Amino acid sequence: MSSPEESTTLAKPRSLAADAWYDLRRSPIFWIASIIVVALVGIAAFPGLFTSADPKACSLDFRFAGPGPEAPFGYDVQGCNVYARTMYGARSSIEVGLFATLMAGTIAFALGMAAGFYGRWIDTLLSRSLDVIASIPLLLAAIVLLKRLSATGGSTGVWSVAFTLGVLGWPVAARVVRSSVISAKQQDYVQAARMLGAGNGRIMLRHILPNAMAPAIVVLTIMLGTVIATEATLSFLGIGLQPPAISWGGSINDNSAYVRTAAGPLLWPAGFLAVTVLAFIMLGDAIRDAFDPRMR
Amino acid sequence: MAPQRETILRVENIAKYFPITRGIVFQTKIGEVKAVDGVSFDLAKGETVGVVGESGCGKSTLARLIMRLEHPTRGQVFYQDRDIFAMPGSALRRLRRNIQMVMQDPYTSLNPRMTVGDIIGEPFEIHRDVAPRGDRRRKVQELLDYVGLNPEHISRYPHQFSGGQRQRIGIARALALRPKIIVCDEPVSALDVSIQAQVINLLERLQNELGLAYIFIAHDLSVVRHISDRVAVMYLGKVVEIGTEDEIYGRPTHPYTQALLSAVPVPDPTARAHRDVIRLEGDVPSPANPPSGCRFRTRCWKAKPICTEQEPPLTAQQADPHLSACHFAELRHVVA
Repeated sequence: MSSPEESTTLAKPRSLAADAWYDLRRSPIFWIASIIVVALVGIAAFPGLFTSADPKACSLDFRFAGPGPEAPFGYDVQGCNVYARTMYGARSSIEVGLFATLMAGTIAFALGMAAGFYGRWIDTLLSRSLDVIASIPLLLAAIVLLKRLSATGGSTGVWSVAFTLGVLGWPVAARVVRSSVISAKQQDYVQAARMLGAGNGRIMLRHILPNAMAPAIVVLTIMLGTVIATEATLSFLGIGLQPPAISWGGSINDNSAYVRTAAGPLLWPAGFLAVTVLAFIMLGDAIRDAFDPRMR
Repeated sequence: MAPQRETILRVENIAKYFPITRGIVFQTKIGEVKAVDGVSFDLAKGETVGVVGESGCGKSTLARLIMRLEHPTRGQVFYQDRDIFAMPGSALRRLRRNIQMVMQDPYTSLNPRMTVGDIIGEPFEIHRDVAPRGDRRRKVQELLDYVGLNPEHISRYPHQFSGGQRQRIGIARALALRPKIIVCDEPVSALDVSIQAQVINLLERLQNELGLAYIFIAHDLSVVRHISDRVAVMYLGKVVEIGTEDEIYGRPTHPYTQALLSAVPVPDPTARAHRDVIRLEGDVPSPANPPSGCRFRTRCWKAKPICTEQEPPLTAQQADPHLSACHFAELRHVVA
């Protein structure tokens, strides 16, 4: 009985996700960004695979020494192996980026969903507090918060930096979640679920969330890049990760005074940082273009 | 109609006004859209009541009220003599099993991220006592088969189906809980004409086999005539005429009904030459500011001063005993 209509099925991918994937597979930017991101995550997870040198074994005997078999990028002002430090530095950058984004994402989804779904005064309250937090400059607030943390004896390790950036970074994503929840909420299939007697929890988790996730994930991918840049900035300013923690920002700070005598120790971590940030932003951008129906 | 009419749904003087507000933080009400304004009718077991009217006359709001998706400004809906708007949560859950809806647009009424099995199986997950867990897959496949889809397509996604097939999925979902009443809100208007007939035939078959009662909302008069036992004609939130299919199509007494019927395309050219075409002037007035007295008077060729002053009640007319709301109701033969 269904056969006469059968022929139209599966002719062309028609769902948004399928269309987006179709576009993404043809996007060189997506592939370049993905390869860089995968490589960086690999380095961050297993830096020992990429270098056998100890990044903390520094000796002033090697101060500004040139590249060697163990140290293809040479040695820095403290006589540390620049290559080893760059590899190990990836870990803190990626860790801070991931944890901060994860945290911001969790807050954004919870509050954005609540605001968009319940509307009325809950929305007004959440949206206005969101505006307040969004109006605080991220870097300035992070400096103040981290200063407080270290002044009260708290550690300024990966966790506290990630926490600080996560707590301050969620408003943009929350706004995106809220607006896509509002548009998903009015869809017919949400009404249909309600007519079947589905409760709010089921409607939010099974019907609204899966259909409201894509734009927020794009924003969070881009945010991951900016969080990594902010972490490096904080470490450069001496407020983020503190030695003996190894980070790109810290390395840039250590070697910035000697840029004229030896640029290598500064440029390698800076280059990695730039490429990492760029890769995440490009990835998010490519996904956003693929998901944007106006682009097709 | 069945000899002993057993009413299962009664709509009494129901109205829904949507507020028009101004301002964002401090909202002030500056008016109301009277989407549905005092509609009454009843529905018997196994019966089909068709609701017709132009876009914006309140048909869909009426459906949403019956589904309890909106709360009425006034009036009641009784399901088996219990007011659905006064029902507590547990009774409401049972009500959901008895009244279901098929939506207009098969492209937006199915969640694109769920498989057909999950979509049709969702009613069983919400009402867990209807089908034991291990039995659900089989039940979903039975439903697919029942509405004329291949049961093996259970793990496909909605976008892999055509419009007609999707509407069948929507019908299967509505049937899952074995309801007594299905509200069909323009179930075929988004489909190709050839597919419309298939879906209408499916709905008729289901009615015969399961004894369903339908509230069938549409703007296509021929489709409504085909499926309905009784027909209600709506204009600007009110029922202007209600009667059996024969009464409305054969002996309409309200000028609006007559005008609507005269606009139905006639395929036979000789019959077309003889028919009586009524052209309505102007547009439907805004439901935010409906005319005084009879709402149709601004476009009616019979309007007299009394139409401005007095709203005509929906009563049996001298010309024909079915209910019609016009001061000057008279028979006029418009369609064969």
